[in-house]
Amino acid sequence: MAETLDEPTRVQKRNFFAALELDTRLLGMIGAFIVLCLVFNVLTDGRFLTPRNIFNLTIQTVSVAIMATGMVFVIVTRNIDLSVGSLLATCSAIMAMTQTLIMPQWLGLGLEHPAIAPVAILVGLLSGMIIGAFHGWLIGYLTIPAFIVTLGGLFVWRNVAWHLTGGQTIGPLDQNFQLFGGINGTLGETWSWVFGALAVVASLYGLMSARRAKVRHDFPVKPMWAELTIGGIITAAILGFIWTLNSYQIPTRRLERMFEARGEVMPEGFTTGYGLPISVLVLIVVAIVMTVVAQRTRLGRYIFAFGGNPEAAQLSGIRTRALTVRVFMIVGALCAISAVVASARQTFHSNDIGTLDELRVIAAAVIGGTALAGGVGTIYGAILGALIMQSLQSGMAMVGVDAPYQNIVVGIVLVLAVYIDILYRKRTGS
Amino acid sequence: MTEIDRTGTPLIEMRNMAKAFGGIRAVDDVTVNLFPGEVVGVLGHNGAGKSVLMKMLSGALPRDSGDIYVNGQLAEIDNPRDARNYQIETIYQYLALADNLDAASNLFLGRELVTPMGLVDDAQMEAETRKIMGRLTPNFRRFNTPVAGLSGGQRQSVAISRAVYFNAKILIMDEPTAALGVEETRMVAELIDELKKQGIGIFLIDHDIHQVKALCDRASVMKNGKLVGTVEVDKVTEDDLLGMIILGKKPEHLAA
Repeated sequence: MAETLDEPTRVQKRNFFAALELDTRLLGMIGAFIVLCLVFNVLTDGRFLTPRNIFNLTIQTVSVAIMATGMVFVIVTRNIDLSVGSLLATCSAIMAMTQTLIMPQWLGLGLEHPAIAPVAILVGLLSGMIIGAFHGWLIGYLTIPAFIVTLGGLFVWRNVAWHLTGGQTIGPLDQNFQLFGGINGTLGETWSWVFGALAVVASLYGLMSARRAKVRHDFPVKPMWAELTIGGIITAAILGFIWTLNSYQIPTRRLERMFEARGEVMPEGFTTGYGLPISVLVLIVVAIVMTVVAQRTRLGRYIFAFGGNPEAAQLSGIRTRALTVRVFMIVGALCAISAVVASARQTFHSNDIGTLDELRVIAAAVIGGTALAGGVGTIYGAILGALIMQSLQSGMAMVGVDAPYQNIVVGIVLVLAVYIDILYRKRTGS
Repeated sequence: MTEIDRTGTPLIEMRNMAKAFGGIRAVDDVTVNLFPGEVVGVLGHNGAGKSVLMKMLSGALPRDSGDIYVNGQLAEIDNPRDARNYQIETIYQYLALADNLDAASNLFLGRELVTPMGLVDDAQMEAETRKIMGRLTPNFRRFNTPVAGLSGGQRQSVAISRAVYFNAKILIMDEPTAALGVEETRMVAELIDELKKQGIGIFLIDHDIHQVKALCDRASVMKNGKLVGTVEVDKVTEDDLLGMIILGKKPEHLAA
């Protein structure tokens, strides 16, 4: 019983970080991200870590990050989805046509009708889910490899989008729809603080109830100071993030126009910050829902079990083919949400929207620690992966690195990140 | 060892089971049964069809023809879920654990405990796992690591705990001791005796003649997909069993 013998020594070896019981891989990624930010900040003479740039970074990351959370499930179940960028384009095209042609003209509602944005989003979501479920059916029930199905989908949906719009740029999109794009829709300072406070309360409550559940069953818990430290870090991170976004001031010109639009006159010397973009709020909601699905639902448990051992999952009575359909349906829905964010951000649908996103999404998931062999991956890792990729790209752009060199660096970083991950896993034996 | 009462209704009766892969008859018109509190060894060379026969009972493989009776009632077993509904549990040698999940997740896989909100109740499942595994392997502590990091014996006890926890009436064990050390093998043997006393019927797939002699009440020997015969292990020698396995010949003193 070698396992039981070395148990006590391991307990003694516990140091400060061990007591916190944090995921060391996550710490490594956060560390790498911080180093990256600091280096770019020095290289850009402090322009990288300004509220304005951080705001831009977050809204640029959202679209890829949302899809990356779904890609985690796909890769965990030992599949791949090469069609997400094209599926995003088709969803975007369908939503653009719904809000500029079908509803205003065919249904005669006129432009800027309040029903347009919600109906368009609903139509987009349904389209994404149906197409995703169809992919899942081809893969799960007809047993065509996911690589082939989604490679086909990459061609098909890119050009379905082209067909639907006749290759034209469709815009401007509905004003309410544009609220999901980032800078055109933010919560403002007050509501951002309210959201931040709620987020802090919710996280602390989550920590507390997890501890209580452990105590109730007499499981070992971390020391109280460790819990408090983690609670403190989370609180600081959330409030710091809100503070940063609130510090990005809306330009005076723009403010004047906003007051004019409401038929008011701007008071002299009035300033306010943008606050939390609605698109980032969407990402946060997606991240929470996907994390709950991954960790606390049967569906999530089956996704990981299937990834770890497909045969075991099947012998345990899990309906593995239906599971594949569900996973791809989730990805389809997320592509639609990303399509809302991406098209709203540029305020129109364009023919090339989402081009090469499949590669960014896969890269984000993989940099975030999702193993292509299946069974391993986290939602927060994928989001952090997307953020690291985006920071790298915009940081290099700010430093003045030419586009081809940017892509060369991103490609090298992807391979290097996976290699470091392999070394890390070998060392920790996990 | 107490005599098994074989006058009543068998727990399991598999009649005229058949399964072919392409042109090869993996299982060809095989009939076996199992009574409460009995261990029936299923013996044969690799490829004799013993695993295929058992997989048809556990629902992992669909059968071509044949009927399965559970407690005398015709049973519909087309997939692993059906088998579980008849309280038939299977302990596979290598297949049935997801290496990336911890012991509790594996034990409850497919039958998770949920909170009133429908979310999986990990704390409750871990508590139950600690209870049941505490009985089987008191030294086990590694409840929060993926089972990939466990020893063969520990992995096996996760699989066995699963069957015990869900009140199996019929247990199929596929070479349960092949990957185990001496001490762990003894533990499994004790467990089998314990389960027998509770009236559970066990099909034991094994290569090891000594093991079969020690653990089983009867042995059904297969060769090339066909049943050579079923014998009470106390009435035959190890050589008799080997003759059945290798030559496909029933011992002369029982043949009549």
